[in-house]
Amino acid sequence: MKLAVDAGGALRDAYAYTGGKAFDAGQPCVVLLHGALHDHSSWTLAARWFAHHGHAVLAPDLPGHGRSAGAPLASVEALADWLLALLDAAGVASASFVGHSMGSLVALEAAARAPDRARHLVLVGTAYPMKVSQALLDAARDDAYGAIDNVLMYSHATFAAKPSYPGPGAWLHGSDRALMRRTHDGQRETNLFLNDFQACDRYAGAIDAAARVTCPATLVVGARDQMTFASQAADLARALRAQTVTLPCGHALMSEAPDAVLAALRGAIVGA
Amino acid sequence: MPGSANPGFDTLAVHAGAAPDPATGARAVPIHLTTSFVFESSEHAASLFNMERSGHVYSRISNPTNAVLEERVAALEGGSGAIATASGQAALHLAIATVAGAGSHIVASSALYGGSHNLLAYTLPRFGITTTFVRPGDLDGWRAAIRPETRLLFGETLGNPGLDVLDIPAVAQIAHEQHLPLMVDSTFTTPWLLRPFDHGADLLYHSATKFLSGHGTVIGGVLVDSGNFDWDRASAASGHFAELTAPYDGFHGMVFSEESTVGAFLLRARREGLRDFGASMNPMAAWLVLQGLETLPLRMARHVESTRKVVAFLAGHAMVASVAYPELETHADHALAKRLLPRGCGAVFSFDLKGSREHGRAFIEALKIFSHLANVGDCRSLVIHPASTTHFRMDDAALARAGIGPATIRLSIGLEDADDLIDDLKRALKAASALR
Repeated sequence: MKLAVDAGGALRDAYAYTGGKAFDAGQPCVVLLHGALHDHSSWTLAARWFAHHGHAVLAPDLPGHGRSAGAPLASVEALADWLLALLDAAGVASASFVGHSMGSLVALEAAARAPDRARHLVLVGTAYPMKVSQALLDAARDDAYGAIDNVLMYSHATFAAKPSYPGPGAWLHGSDRALMRRTHDGQRETNLFLNDFQACDRYAGAIDAAARVTCPATLVVGARDQMTFASQAADLARALRAQTVTLPCGHALMSEAPDAVLAALRGAIVGA
Repeated sequence: MPGSANPGFDTLAVHAGAAPDPATGARAVPIHLTTSFVFESSEHAASLFNMERSGHVYSRISNPTNAVLEERVAALEGGSGAIATASGQAALHLAIATVAGAGSHIVASSALYGGSHNLLAYTLPRFGITTTFVRPGDLDGWRAAIRPETRLLFGETLGNPGLDVLDIPAVAQIAHEQHLPLMVDSTFTTPWLLRPFDHGADLLYHSATKFLSGHGTVIGGVLVDSGNFDWDRASAASGHFAELTAPYDGFHGMVFSEESTVGAFLLRARREGLRDFGASMNPMAAWLVLQGLETLPLRMARHVESTRKVVAFLAGHAMVASVAYPELETHADHALAKRLLPRGCGAVFSFDLKGSREHGRAFIEALKIFSHLANVGDCRSLVIHPASTTHFRMDDAALARAGIGPATIRLSIGLEDADDLIDDLKRALKAASALR
């Protein structure tokens, strides 16, 4: 679905995947936010489930990612404002906010900025602070593909996640690499790797934001996550008074454990 | 760079796609000889069919053993995923059927395996898909052959049987300038010698019957997608590839490029091509190919080492008119081979005997270790006379365009002692020379 979203006073075309069904703003809305250098396709399986089980789904490509136009936004705060503007454009008063990695920080900040618009908050593969090593950022300036390969090795906990994503026969390292490279290459003026990872690194408002969140919160973390260690989500869980669901996978939770992630989301949002 | 690097080829050859079986603890890959997989509930079944969950339903579409093979080959190739097929020919057909239909056109190298040539030249035209053949090294020819209805450029990494080296970077550039994908048949090179995606190819396939399985025991193919070709961008520029970028009535109105930004091709190929054409690999075959893959690096190193010795012997023999091996400076693509194939040019090559068809027959019948049969990429050394076997449907002009003469002999060098192979060839050449 194409939307015109207010981004800093200018309307920009934005794309949101709606789960294979026409978007119906009259149904309970679930927003699924991707992480750094990714796009909506990180969420398609879960998006399809919610869309075909009584929900309106918005899985957007964040600005400058995938099919969404414009320059990328450089901070979690700006992305949170953009998300709320996306809801306005879609005619959605409130939604369940779900985000992965960088997207989890965006979901949190949006839920804090507009508590009345967040029905549920689910942070997948999250940590706070979400610091990024300076060495990786430095490397990404000259060799973004090398930096992507580095991130891939930390993001995947196994060479054999089953039943794979989005279906059997997909090699997760390779498909993730292709997606991150294509997303990075979609921006010619901006080093998107740096933009996204610096946004995570610089975000300093999570604990304050958590205090302003009023909806039920759930953290879904990977026991073998080496990007955002499960232990580094504990402070955030306490601040949000959140339940934490730990899954046997790495940082690429939706692709390494799609059924378990769906079960966690259903538990958090549907209650079953 | 901080942190860890990508895993190496040998590690992936053993581990990619496989983990201990969670149900039994089996460390080796189990062979899942089952047609179908039990649903946990009606809701679970519906969600699998609607692609709300990933999983196996029916082994024509996917199977856990096949999935290990698919992931492993994709990993070795630097791709995003793969589909195991009943044969290499099935992989070629599946790829074409996914992006082309009646009225479509293909530009292909003229130096192809005879079976591929048959499919493109004689069979697909019955279904409205035509092909223009160009010499693999004729870059202007590739460019000139592209038409508005062209959907695919296709060649072999090492052309059969003259070992023309496909200039993948150059042909890929020509394809991409016209918003078209380049597919290559990588059977002769395997990813150990050449990873075409690193050079710009978008799709590739193998006859897994050959070096991937490596033991002459199984028929199979693997179709691999790099995940790099942007079907949406190409569609916007050319209006082509609606198969991947527009709603598909045959699968809930799914737009495959929306469902998976980098996996659209394989989704459509599996959910339409395997579903409807049904040329899937059986799990026993997948397991046999996996067994071969685990030793692929070791075998390919030996194949190439022995081939170099045999090539050197033949190149210096009085009965041999010429040897077509790109590592020889006499080969037209020697410089290109040095650039694209630094590890070697494989273990299949041809040479021309001095003499007639009778000399060729005498030579083949005198061999003791080489087996006379229509295959390559076996652990056993093989020999064949292309003009009377693999390429027998081609007329003399087509044979000549493919670089084949009446006394051309093709060898596939196996894993025997290289000295024994040379002795065998030496005796056979002597027998052939006795006809003079």
